[in-house]
Amino acid sequence: MKIGVLALQGDFREHAVMLRQCGAEVSEIRKPEQMGGLRGLVVPGGESTAIGKLMDAYGFLNAIKERVAGGMGLFGTCAGLVLLARELKGGTSLEGRPQPVLGLIDMVVRRNAFGRQVDSFEADLDISAMGEAYNGSPFRAVFIRAPQIEAVGPGVAVLGRVEEKVVLARQGRFLAAAFHPELTSDTRIHRYFLEEVLA
Amino acid sequence: MATQEKGTFLVKKGLAEMLKGGVIMDVTTPEQARIAEEAGAVSVMALERVPADIRAAGGVARMADPTVIERIMEVVTIPVMAKVRIGHFVEAQILEALGVDYIDESEVLTPADEVYHINKHAFKVPFVCGARDLGEALRRIAEGAAMIRTKGEPGTGNVVEAVRHIRKVNEQIRHVRNLSDEELVAESKNLGAPLDLLRQVRDLGRLPVVNFAAGGIATPADAALMMQLGCDGIFVGSGIFKSADPARRARAIVMATTHYNDPKVLADVSHDLGEAMPGLEIATIAQEQRMQERGW
Repeated sequence: MKIGVLALQGDFREHAVMLRQCGAEVSEIRKPEQMGGLRGLVVPGGESTAIGKLMDAYGFLNAIKERVAGGMGLFGTCAGLVLLARELKGGTSLEGRPQPVLGLIDMVVRRNAFGRQVDSFEADLDISAMGEAYNGSPFRAVFIRAPQIEAVGPGVAVLGRVEEKVVLARQGRFLAAAFHPELTSDTRIHRYFLEEVLA
Repeated sequence: MATQEKGTFLVKKGLAEMLKGGVIMDVTTPEQARIAEEAGAVSVMALERVPADIRAAGGVARMADPTVIERIMEVVTIPVMAKVRIGHFVEAQILEALGVDYIDESEVLTPADEVYHINKHAFKVPFVCGARDLGEALRRIAEGAAMIRTKGEPGTGNVVEAVRHIRKVNEQIRHVRNLSDEELVAESKNLGAPLDLLRQVRDLGRLPVVNFAAGGIATPADAALMMQLGCDGIFVGSGIFKSADPARRARAIVMATTHYNDPKVLADVSHDLGEAMPGLEIATIAQEQRMQERGW
């Protein structure tokens, strides 16, 4: 299965390593024309403002939407989740200077919802909502200056929460996590993306 | 249910992972911070003066006034870093209390301790430190640094020292990769580097934390050069706001860092940037004026 990892900025290599472990054929994507034939695209962790601006500069926003209309799935982690959101909250730099986003998942996202870096944390996450095949033990999730999903539309399934805050959600062929499964050695969420979300 | 565990090494190192492939820019005012963020910087380093001005001013250079740092933290959503003097753990406590996202224990400032660097394990906030070779990098990681950068020679706009430092680290890593267990012990003594970290380097084939380029980067080509030499990302100090057109240059360096392997893009972004910062030939800087010699 051909999967692309958006390689403009962030921890795209960690995603590529993990996807290969799960048996995917992975390519790093730096230009829109490299997306031909992809079943899915991962938007990695990184800085959402930087990735958003680089996406905008090279015409990724429309190119991804076109691919998605043709059936491509998406998985965003942290900054990637921010870029998939329909609406963003938080962050003074949003005033008068809109952040370029894809806006594909019907959710409202607050950036840096847990505070600054000193408040970044690890926590055990109950992922039983992903189904029997992926359950068994909690997922050790790494949250770094993490966003939070504040509200979701009717088509969005909530798959994980930390202290009542939604941090893992799926809408059809789109999956979004506020944390970084790619920084751990636990491949369950990547497998879920390949086996369930893209199925 | 879920208890939150803060300040773990994974969380500290994790933020550096998120900055990879990006550019961290030195800024001295909220306006500059906005320009940097707008250009696509992944983080800003809040300072009272950029290294070129620190070099010119002479005297003792210290942590910035918290007001400067806070004003910058207020206007951007990207992480904000700030510098402390080598060994000055109280300056670091102050920056942690301010909520700074990363601390640079930096040779750009005047060292506060000639023997000991800060015990960085004692902090929840992560640290980045400079290194000229593998031994120095691993000593800093042993003290708790979650990110490494080349020292280069700050404030010169001359990339030669940063190149020397990354080439040295690369060469030493290549050497270490071929060592047997007993040879590794001897090499640990030789480099003055902890054995367990050296073993990790051998097994991983790289440093166990993210390694950025810093010290003398002034052009998009400099940034791409350091990326092609294997750095994970770029610090630009004086190079942006000491140039003629900071916004344009900042954006060009961001583009060059992403597309470092694409000469066509590099050619595109290198056009019409205006004057770069004035450079300094390293040989003209007296030994005791070289910032890279600070720390061990």
